[in-house]
Amino acid sequence: MINLVVNGKPQRVDVSPDQPLLWVIREDLRLTGTKYGCGIALCGACTVHLDGAPIRSCVTPVSAAAGKRVTTIEGLSPQGTHPVQRAWMEVDAPQCGFCQSGQIMSAAALLARKASPTDADIDAAMVGNICRCGTYQRIRAAIHRAAALNKGGAR
Amino acid sequence: MRPVRLSRRALLKGSLAIGAGLTIGFELPVARPRRAMAQTPGVFTPNQWLSIDRDGLVTITNSVPEMGQGSMTTTTIIIADELDADWKHIRVNQAPADPKVYANPVTGSQSYGGSRGVRDHIEMWRKSAAAAREMLMQAAANEWGVSVDQVETEPGVVVHRATGRRLTYGQLVDRAQALPVPQNPKLKTPDKFRYIGKNLHRLDTPEKVTGRGIYGMDVQVPGMLVGLIARPPVVSGAKVKSFDATAAKAVPGVKHVVQVTSGVAVVADRFSAALAGRRALQVSWDLGPLAQLSSEEISREYATLAKQPGQVARHDGDAEKALGAGGRTLEAVYEVPYLEHACMEVMNATAHVLPDSCVVWAPTQNPGGTQATAARITGLPANKVTVNTTLLGGGFGRRGEVDFIVDAVETAKAVGVPVKLMWTREDDMQHGFYRPATYNVFRGALDGNGTPAAWFHRIVGPGILIQKGRAAANSVDPAAVTIARELPYDVPNMQVEWVNKDVGVPVGFWRSVGASQNAFVTESFIDELAHLAGKDPFEYRRALLGKSPRHKAVLEMVAARANWGAPVPAGHGRGIACAFSYGSYAAHVVEASVDAEGRVRVHRIVCVIDCGLAVNPDQVKAQMEGGAVYGLTAALYGQITIANGGVQQSNFDSYPMLRINEMPTVEAHILDSGEAPGGLGEPGVPPVAPALCNAIFALTGKRIRRLPIRPEELKRA
Repeated sequence: MINLVVNGKPQRVDVSPDQPLLWVIREDLRLTGTKYGCGIALCGACTVHLDGAPIRSCVTPVSAAAGKRVTTIEGLSPQGTHPVQRAWMEVDAPQCGFCQSGQIMSAAALLARKASPTDADIDAAMVGNICRCGTYQRIRAAIHRAAALNKGGAR
Repeated sequence: MRPVRLSRRALLKGSLAIGAGLTIGFELPVARPRRAMAQTPGVFTPNQWLSIDRDGLVTITNSVPEMGQGSMTTTTIIIADELDADWKHIRVNQAPADPKVYANPVTGSQSYGGSRGVRDHIEMWRKSAAAAREMLMQAAANEWGVSVDQVETEPGVVVHRATGRRLTYGQLVDRAQALPVPQNPKLKTPDKFRYIGKNLHRLDTPEKVTGRGIYGMDVQVPGMLVGLIARPPVVSGAKVKSFDATAAKAVPGVKHVVQVTSGVAVVADRFSAALAGRRALQVSWDLGPLAQLSSEEISREYATLAKQPGQVARHDGDAEKALGAGGRTLEAVYEVPYLEHACMEVMNATAHVLPDSCVVWAPTQNPGGTQATAARITGLPANKVTVNTTLLGGGFGRRGEVDFIVDAVETAKAVGVPVKLMWTREDDMQHGFYRPATYNVFRGALDGNGTPAAWFHRIVGPGILIQKGRAAANSVDPAAVTIARELPYDVPNMQVEWVNKDVGVPVGFWRSVGASQNAFVTESFIDELAHLAGKDPFEYRRALLGKSPRHKAVLEMVAARANWGAPVPAGHGRGIACAFSYGSYAAHVVEASVDAEGRVRVHRIVCVIDCGLAVNPDQVKAQMEGGAVYGLTAALYGQITIANGGVQQSNFDSYPMLRINEMPTVEAHILDSGEAPGGLGEPGVPPVAPALCNAIFALTGKRIRRLPIRPEELKRA
């Protein structure tokens, strides 16, 4: 049995300790917003927060999350109104949307660390997240917009 | 507020009886019902595309799978506009598989590719919505005892001009339902469009930023197991000789090991167990005829065949004679590789097969083909097969195939419980339907003014339609010669030939298909001729486009928007290209630089699209942005190579994607030609690679004739 706190809720899962956190989230906890994309930390679709830091859950054994706070896209905000999510909606960033949970989790972690990221900061924080639909330009715009919203920014 | 999306989660959690949450009687064959369709009391259902309940909630059924192109929103815009629906009072759901009711009226099938969503359906959807609106107006006019030409609509309401009386659509539902469906409703004139042509937010964004959207791999069915298939090391043609499941079955969680067409399925209670079981499984393969195949061998065969005449796809004047007439000539060979789609969501499908019914949940571009495939495998009639089309994590043509449906249905049939059949990224990359590799020979001749006097183009490669049995084996496959055959430039002597060479690698429709490679080679070679003539590449093309005004218009506009004549920033090169594909005209100007190591950096792309009527301009631009990335990824990195019959690439390390740090600025402009709608998913791709390579030539003097671009060939000595 492994004890986790996922999206603020204590969870006990009966899985082997080397089970990737991704599949515990998706299959045991039935939180399917976090995606499988590559399985080897190359695409970022599985990005979640572990004690606030972005990690690739597909290569993180669940044992590494024991006793820590895991945040998934479903737990980023109760109503989907996190500034990053609002900004994403304003610019209609997603196309197919499959990678966007991971993109948003990476962006939210960046903004938590850096209130006004530069384009170079965005490149560094988001380079691990592939979008095959090619929404990068809108993702960049949305991150800048989210930074403005975070500051209670101009409408 | 945005219109709501019918939650699919509720639908997906239920039992086998699931349709797709439809409020309409989709079992009725309803080409053109004389009277509104039979349905739930209190719901006005004039046809299969929309219904309205007593609360005035409009439910729109979208038949085109949502794969990122925005069909869910675009379909809704078109229907809502003609219906004069209140945008805040609409929900949309995805059509089930039932080609008799939902087929694309142009192709006659419920399979969606070729950027056909808007252009094939818009007239039918507008008429369907206009008929509904006329019925609502008539119902109100009857109620008020006035003539129907005295009433009009505002969003969701019928209004009597003279008296100011109003009835909402919801109040008119029962009266409208009793009226005959008009067969020739009057359509709005474009000046009356309320939603078409405006920048409306996508309806699917909220569920895509909260993780609520359900893709194929997110489907949960009670009692479901997860399967993975052990696949052969070769790309095609292998068979299972034998397998030993002892070790696989010893893996905790593994429940079944069964042979299926594509290999041996390991079915377990979770993904990781299926993966471990697959690793433990021993399979002996008959590798089949491709076991020795390599990319080097394919290139050699192509080069040999390129010396022989091919089938003639276009023949104007006498190219051979003009090439020998003594003017300046140029010969070049261009090669493009196999490419994989690399949808972010790997292939997968979920199926449950019972003796008298089958349900499939799939991220598919081809609900009709999914239904037919499941019916064939189970032996059930099609109407006993329910197909739930989920969101698609990318499509790009890959998901029009039904191989992953076969996997799921065969496995589910064998084990008797619902199975989510997953692919790994490696499975996905190594067992695809690849954009064909081709080999191209060009010869050109200029007249005394530098104008092309002769154009000879011979293509060697497979025919996608022929391989799939959808074109005659001895025909000229349209997918192989598109763009090349329709070269828009005025050249008096032109010969385009095609040598059909299919080495057995499965090929498929990759976002923009033949246009992707043929625009690269033809738009590069016309650029070569321009430079040979000592002329500006834009002016050179422009002067040759007298017979194709829409090509010329996008080219002129992109040159203007990119400030073509102005000096390029120091160290940058600028290239141009244009192409017609899937009903739309696109032109691109790319600005790029090359560092000392030969690495290419793309700084800016300006593009112009003439897609005729632009239903949602912001999403037109989104497709151009996405097309630019798809085209750049292919030009800079894309290549699938074959060794010992197998694909050498396996994941995003060996098949890299463009990432955010490499993203150029993309400025997309729409040319409003007033023409009928064209496609959008694909037309933004073809001009990207040639415009980039033309920019690299302008900067370095090095001509890229083989994709992907190789830094070692651009490295400064």
